[in-house]
Amino acid sequence: MSDHHNAHDIEATKKKYIFVFLSLIVGTVITVGAYFLDIHSMALTIALALFIASVKAFLVAGFFMHLIDEKKMIYGILASTVFFFIGLMGLTIWALHDFPADTMLH
Amino acid sequence: MDIPYTVQPRRDTGLYNAKLGIWLFLASEVMLFGALFSSYILLRMGADPGEWPTRLLNVPIGTVNTIVLITSSVTVVLGWAALKQKNFARYRVLQTITVLCALMFVGIKSYEYADKFKHYQVITNDGKVYDGHLVRKDKEVVVLEGGLIDASKGKALGVLEAARHAGGHHGEVEIKTSDIRKIGNYGPAHNTYMSIYFTLTGLHALHVIGGALVIAYILWPGAGMYKTDPERYINRVEVSGLFWHFVDLVWIFLFPVLYLL
Repeated sequence: MSDHHNAHDIEATKKKYIFVFLSLIVGTVITVGAYFLDIHSMALTIALALFIASVKAFLVAGFFMHLIDEKKMIYGILASTVFFFIGLMGLTIWALHDFPADTMLH
Repeated sequence: MDIPYTVQPRRDTGLYNAKLGIWLFLASEVMLFGALFSSYILLRMGADPGEWPTRLLNVPIGTVNTIVLITSSVTVVLGWAALKQKNFARYRVLQTITVLCALMFVGIKSYEYADKFKHYQVITNDGKVYDGHLVRKDKEVVVLEGGLIDASKGKALGVLEAARHAGGHHGEVEIKTSDIRKIGNYGPAHNTYMSIYFTLTGLHALHVIGGALVIAYILWPGAGMYKTDPERYINRVEVSGLFWHFVDLVWIFLFPVLYLL
C-alpha cells in the first residue's frame, strides 16, 4: 500500500476498493456460471477459468495490494519472483515431455 | 535503542523495513505455492485418461468460501483506509469482520474435510464399487448411505456424478466385511487428487489461521500502540493486510483449479 496516500485521497480510493470488490464477486459468479454451463471443450473451460482467475488476481494485487502504484524496489523483488516462477513452471512442462529413454508409457 | 525505519522509509529502498520484509516473504511464498501448483500440473497431466477425478468437491460450498475470503480482503483494506482517516472505531469494526470471515472460512473448510473423511469407497471381491457416507462399520458389516456405482468409465472418473446417474446416495447399503477387498475414505491417501487437494488447501488454511491470528493480535492486545505510535501501528496493519491479500490471491487460483476443472 503506497506511502503517499493522504486522508483526502483515501476517500476516493475507498470507492475504488468497493468497485474492485464487486468486480471480484462478478468474476466469481461468471467462473461458477461457466462451470454449470458445462462447456464441452476442456481446453476452453480451463482457459476461461484461468483467464478470469488472472483478472481477479490482477485486481487484488493491483488495487488491494497497491501494486499499480508502488516503489521500484518492490517491482524488482516481484520481477525476480516472476522469473523464477516461470522457470519453475517451464521446467515442469518440459519434464512432462522429457522421459528417460527406458520409461514405460501407458 | 529504537528500531530504525519502522515508520520512515529508508533512503535507499524507499520503504520502511517491515514492508520490504513482507514483500520478500511473499516472494518466497509465491515459490512455495508455485512448487505445489507445479506438482499438481505434473500429477494431473501424468494421470491416465479418465482417471483424474472431477466434480468431487462441493462447488456451492467452495463458492461461498471464495466470497467469504473476498469479503475479508475488502474489509482489511477498508480498515486500513479507516485508520488513515483516523477513524479507529470503524477500523475495529471492519477488522473484526475480517477475523469473523477467517473463522467462517476455516469452519466451512473443516466441514468439507470432515465430509471427505466420512465419505467411503468400498470395492468388493467380485469387483463391484460402492460409494457413500459411512453409517456404521463393525466386524460383520459396513453400512454406507449411498450405492453401487458404475466404475466401467474409470475408477476415479467423477465418482459422485456416476453415483448420481446410477441413482445412488438415496438409501443405505449393507456390505459384509468378508466380501470387502478394499475399503477407504476420501482422505489424503485415497488417490493423488485427494492428496494434492489436502496438501494445497491444508497449507492455505494454515495461512488463513496464521494471518487471522496476526490481524487479531494487532486488533486487540496490540492496539495500545495506536495511542503511543500511530504511524507505526498503521504500518503494522498495512503489512498484515498485504499478507492477507496474498492468502486471498492464492485461493483465487485454488478454487477453479481444484473445484471447477
